[in-house]
Amino acid sequence: MTMNVQELSPGATPKKQESGRVKARHATDYAGASSEVVMDCRIKTLHYGNFLAVRDTEIPIVDKQITAFIGPSGCGKSTVLRSLNRMNDFVNGFRFQGSVHYRGQDIYAPGIDPVAVRRSIGMVFQQPNPFAMSIYKNVAFGLKLNRFKGNHAERVEEALRGAALWDEVKDKLHSSGLSLSGGQQQRLCIARAIAVEPELLLMDEPCSALDPIATRRVEELMLELKEKYTIAIVTHNLQQAQRVADMTAFLFVDTSAGGRTGYLIEYRPSTELFEDPREERTKAYIRGEFS
Amino acid sequence: MANAALGSAVPDSNPPSSFRRSLGNPRTFGNAILSALAVALSVLAMFPLFSVLYMLLKKGAARLGPSLFTELTPGAGMSGGGISNAIVGTLVVVVVASCLSLPLGFMGAVYLAEYSGETRLATLVRFSAKVLTGLPSILAGVFAYATVVVTTGSFSALAGGAAMAILMVPTVMLTSEAALRAVPTKMKDAAFGMGATHAQTVLKIVIPTAVPGILTGVMLALARAMGETAPLLFTALFSDYMFDGKLGQPIASLSVLIYNFAGSPFPQQIELAWAASLVLVSIVLVLNVIAQIVIRRPEEHG
Repeated sequence: MTMNVQELSPGATPKKQESGRVKARHATDYAGASSEVVMDCRIKTLHYGNFLAVRDTEIPIVDKQITAFIGPSGCGKSTVLRSLNRMNDFVNGFRFQGSVHYRGQDIYAPGIDPVAVRRSIGMVFQQPNPFAMSIYKNVAFGLKLNRFKGNHAERVEEALRGAALWDEVKDKLHSSGLSLSGGQQQRLCIARAIAVEPELLLMDEPCSALDPIATRRVEELMLELKEKYTIAIVTHNLQQAQRVADMTAFLFVDTSAGGRTGYLIEYRPSTELFEDPREERTKAYIRGEFS
Repeated sequence: MANAALGSAVPDSNPPSSFRRSLGNPRTFGNAILSALAVALSVLAMFPLFSVLYMLLKKGAARLGPSLFTELTPGAGMSGGGISNAIVGTLVVVVVASCLSLPLGFMGAVYLAEYSGETRLATLVRFSAKVLTGLPSILAGVFAYATVVVTTGSFSALAGGAAMAILMVPTVMLTSEAALRAVPTKMKDAAFGMGATHAQTVLKIVIPTAVPGILTGVMLALARAMGETAPLLFTALFSDYMFDGKLGQPIASLSVLIYNFAGSPFPQQIELAWAASLVLVSIVLVLNVIAQIVIRRPEEHG
């Protein structure tokens, strides 16, 4: 298994190119077809003004799994991720057709308060973005927002431990979050996100601003967090998707209509997608023929 | 071995002449001239500032003493006296001006930076503020005279404060807006991503992060307002008595004291004008230093 994965890193030649047909069909494609879908994302069209950014993308995100979105630049993977907690609402001219069902509720249905949606779905951004306040206050921020009644200090420690940052910061909880290194800042942001115990954690290229060692730590962390949380992650790094993701969605850019419209090519368990891609474009992409 | 090889590779004659620094080279020469010119002009630019400070220290220090801060301004031809009423008066007028201008300027800035978007109202507000920064200060005085002095029927600390407030509002508003806008979008995204409402994001993230920048603007405005004479001449006027808690009466101020006494035929009063100038400059300086200390703190700690 792991060996295969290693061999299939970009640049290596896939061993069995013609065996794609052997693989099972749709219904069983989603490794956890039996397990519960936490967030059922069905995007018909997603516009920014007149620009069609994403079309025809259906990605059911399964409970307690890591789902990775990969694809070339501009394929809309971040856009898809940000539509899962309505962060795109801040972009002028954003229009959405389709549905995103989270625990049975369509978060795009009329009458839904996007603020309430964002409170129960955590997000970690590409650039570490701690607030200009102390480490403690950074983590407690969400607790205050949610008027958390329990013991804040306890919860803060728990979150920092969960983000594998506690030992490094326990003696300086009251110094600024901005005084930490980039990797620590990103783990602080993860701690901040998990302090409110969201069911779903969205991560938008969380390692792209980090060095390889910090990246490794965040990846290990993701695998630990998987025990408690469901994670959706956008990544530019194919090895990262292979290392951490249970399911991988490959998106591609359609330039045929003159624009740059992203759409889903295939969505399958990571091992299958990387070892035995079904679509030609997926094959070409993971072989590193374009990026 | 290596040394020998190296020695043989490099001829023991001088390095090529082109590597030598020589003022004979027109480019080197031009470079030297320009550098020297830049240094000379920078020193020249500092000269007025330091000569003013030197003069103030030399002439103003003569009257420096406890009586300067405890006694009232002397009448014409009288000896002794101090400037206590003017010091207190300046502070009172500045406090009145701050109470009027800071809320306006600050709330305006929050509106412009966070709520207005690019509406016409925002453009209009911003344009007015920019025009107002260039307003000759005497016009602010004229306006306060026509509105406050004429309607209340008396020169007053309130009128002086109003005139000063007009000068402070645009500075406070524009610098605060810039400070609020300088808060990184990624920080706001983090707050929104956690489910903060717009108001919560503004109150808990944007404003606290922008505090140093806002304070800079406030200090700039205060320092400028404190030294203004023209807007106070026919609004706060002057008073030889100590401020007694009534804002509706004329009040002394350092700048008007300097204006009145500097042209006086009595050496006693001229000396006091010098001392008042020194005190005014010192107050502004102390304010700036305090601001610098307050501003630095949040970056180092939490």
